[in-house]
Amino acid sequence: MNAPTKPIEAFLEREYPAGFVTALEADALPKGLSEDVIRRISEKKGEPDWLLDWRLEAYRRWLTMTPPSWAQVSFAPIDYQDIVYYSAPKRKADAPKSLDEVDPELLRTYEKLGVPLHERARLAGVAVDAVFDSVSVATTFKKQLGEHGIIFCSFSEAVKEHPELVRQYLGTVVPQGDNFYAALNSAVFSDGSFVYIPKGVRCPMELSTYFRINARDTGQFERTLIIADEGATVSYLEGCTAPMRDENQLHAAVVELVALEGAHIKYSTVQNWYPGDKDGKGGIYNFVTKRGDCRGARSHISWTQVETGSAITWKYPSVLLRGDDSVGEFYSVALTNHRQQADTGSKMTHIGRNTKSTILSKGISAGHGSNTFRGLVRVTPKAVGARNYTQCDSLLIGERCAAHTFPTIEVRHPSARVEHEATTSRIGEDQLFYAMQRGLTAEDAVSMIVSGFCKEVFKELPMEFAVEAQKLLGVSLEGSVG
Amino acid sequence: MSTLEHWLQRYNAGRDTLPGAGVPWLDALREEAIMRFADEGWPSNRLENWRHTSLTLLEERSFAAAAAPLTAAAVVQGLRRDDDGAAGGHWLVFVDGRHAPALSDIGALPAGAQIRALADVLATRPEWVEGHFGTADDGASPAALNAALAADGAFVRLARGVTLEAPLHLVFIGGVREDASLVRNLVIAEANAEATIVEHYVGAEPAAAGSAASAGALSNAVTRIAAGHDARITHLKLQEEGRNTVHLAAIDAVQARGSVFASHSLSFGAQLARNDIATRFEGEGCEALLNGLFHVDGRRHVDHHTRIDHAQPRGTSREFYRGVLDGAGRGVFAGRILVAPGAVRTDAMQRADNLLLSAQAEADARPELEIYADDVKCAHGATVGQIDEDSLFYLRTRGLDETHARNLLTYAFAAEVLARIGLAPLKRRAQAAIRARLPGGELMEAL
Repeated sequence: MNAPTKPIEAFLEREYPAGFVTALEADALPKGLSEDVIRRISEKKGEPDWLLDWRLEAYRRWLTMTPPSWAQVSFAPIDYQDIVYYSAPKRKADAPKSLDEVDPELLRTYEKLGVPLHERARLAGVAVDAVFDSVSVATTFKKQLGEHGIIFCSFSEAVKEHPELVRQYLGTVVPQGDNFYAALNSAVFSDGSFVYIPKGVRCPMELSTYFRINARDTGQFERTLIIADEGATVSYLEGCTAPMRDENQLHAAVVELVALEGAHIKYSTVQNWYPGDKDGKGGIYNFVTKRGDCRGARSHISWTQVETGSAITWKYPSVLLRGDDSVGEFYSVALTNHRQQADTGSKMTHIGRNTKSTILSKGISAGHGSNTFRGLVRVTPKAVGARNYTQCDSLLIGERCAAHTFPTIEVRHPSARVEHEATTSRIGEDQLFYAMQRGLTAEDAVSMIVSGFCKEVFKELPMEFAVEAQKLLGVSLEGSVG
Repeated sequence: MSTLEHWLQRYNAGRDTLPGAGVPWLDALREEAIMRFADEGWPSNRLENWRHTSLTLLEERSFAAAAAPLTAAAVVQGLRRDDDGAAGGHWLVFVDGRHAPALSDIGALPAGAQIRALADVLATRPEWVEGHFGTADDGASPAALNAALAADGAFVRLARGVTLEAPLHLVFIGGVREDASLVRNLVIAEANAEATIVEHYVGAEPAAAGSAASAGALSNAVTRIAAGHDARITHLKLQEEGRNTVHLAAIDAVQARGSVFASHSLSFGAQLARNDIATRFEGEGCEALLNGLFHVDGRRHVDHHTRIDHAQPRGTSREFYRGVLDGAGRGVFAGRILVAPGAVRTDAMQRADNLLLSAQAEADARPELEIYADDVKCAHGATVGQIDEDSLFYLRTRGLDETHARNLLTYAFAAEVLARIGLAPLKRRAQAAIRARLPGGELMEAL
């Protein structure tokens, strides 16, 4: 590690006097990606050397990699030099000053979702301090969590205050060179969340990015690291529960979960990034690497996701079942409407003895949407008594949509029991007819049938999320029937 | 030697003597095919479709004729005896990929039915073949090698409404005098024609059984089937190659409106066997049944890749594959069901089940659905597991010891696939083949 730091220092010394200071003042770095940009990101965030080295190593790996082409999605190649890799929070002066200045269509959507007024304001990017005191809310929770020894803060804060924990776990689940997008994230990640639950502690509340005000402005390359120590339990909600007005195109996040012996992590996502308009213009490319590591015996990791947004979703929350008797779960609802494309699924790798995994995926395609389930269940030669059950169902609405299922099963131990079931069908005309002759409109009937289709997944979500997710589906499906 | 140069040399040396050499379209096609093979080489697991079966081992392998070759006549006699007397069926026999007229017995054919060796047809009436031979771009690179080098095979043409009452048996005996046999079979069934075609692949066992170093043969077969309107074609493939043989086969069917195609693939032999089975519905209301069973033990490897292309509305497909895996064997199943835009009222079902009998066996399954239409009913399922403990317990309470109970359940698992084979003599033949391979099979016969 010493060898590369020397040229870095030399480099910094050379650059520093020439305009680097002024760059610090600005909101964002110029477009493009280079070692220089990474050094500046690290510098701005005041990171220690080891983290800069880590980022640079990721960048060098990334340079040698090519974007994955196997996914069932199509988009124009991304120009990675045309992206701003660091953008500090926008100055308050640029933000709308009150709700009156916010796009009325956006407000109507919030209303349908039942987002409380002050949340609506926050999500729309109104300068919130005047509306309600978010800072005090955040600190109240922080105090309560602190009493249990729970660390819940932004990633940058964690790097400063708990560097030993970050250093111990960062990249141990998703290494720098894991895949193209993960490598990119490792090089340029801006911020994210950090959670540490100490031994034997059951987190007293659902942790959510909602509660943490700085999460709102984290950039498109966020990195989340959650560690549940022995016997700890935590439920984490990743929130983007209302449409974010986000001009950024690429969103490449990495989430790492570490569950030690007997720990239990539940990670729920409701993703509703801007999906682009009806003709597929604009929208977010959501290329996310999420992986959990059941490192200890009897550990348990559960992913629940409701994906209704993004123009393109490329996401495979996975679990490495390393500990004996560990359990991995994946529950997903993915909806694509208009021109949205989703290639999503899960990967379960059975390594320990008597490990169990469940994959339950519900895909809904409407309009020109394309929805792909891609899964891998791997039972390694030492995984005695592994058990997997996979079910993936697709629902088709409209004659131009597409639904694909690409599961892979690799079993190398005879005691394994692996089952995969998948069905594809459309909403039956008789089902619709029945609901409509009871007085429901076609749209309500479809929404009801869809809710029923997704019920098994929604019941895994925390209560408030489940209600929102259901409403979200209704909103996302608007205009797809008729 | 099996390096690319070996095959290029072989092509260069033999191209002027291949049947049909000098026919411009055929020369061009063969040239294009060998160029493609030279360009792509043997498929490696870097290709998505070959992820679980790499053929790069072929680059270093040498092939040789068997040290103790089979007596082709004895093989044919054996098969015919199993088939309930010599009277039934039409028999076309190929030894090392070449037609053996002395062993063949085509018998009486109804008017409008033609069964001939492809080499004869290519030499005398190449225009009959032109539209059906296939192209250099079909399938993967082994199919291209076949297009360039296949010198013989069966040519079957059934005119409108012709029914072949007795099954047509195509017997391919490999590794007798040559290290490689490449055959290409063309089946052209016009409207309302009906036939059952059985392909037997039989190979010699290596001289010193189990010594992996001893060289085996290469068997590369392509069968192309064109089913006209409302034609009914049943295809049964019984692969019992020698333990050192590498068997690469492709079955490509194209179905016109209302036609019915059934494929039964039983794969019991070979060191490495890869079967690519595909059918495409080019008219409305087609039906397809793809049924398969394989058994691997030792270090053998069997791979079935299937593809059903629902290109037109109201098609129905059913797919059932089962594998019994023992020793350090590896079984691969990958099936894709593709429903094209507008192919409404498609009804597709696919199942793949694997039974693991040993700790070193590996099963890989990839059942895939690719759907671009909404009014469809598609389902697939795949399982990998071992013998059900409850069933085992039940049998033991009835007085069977554990070994017998296990054997019985294994046999029952396999026999479900055989139940779908319509013709009784063929079913019996398949049952016998399974009994000969499964542990304790001879006892099943008594049950």
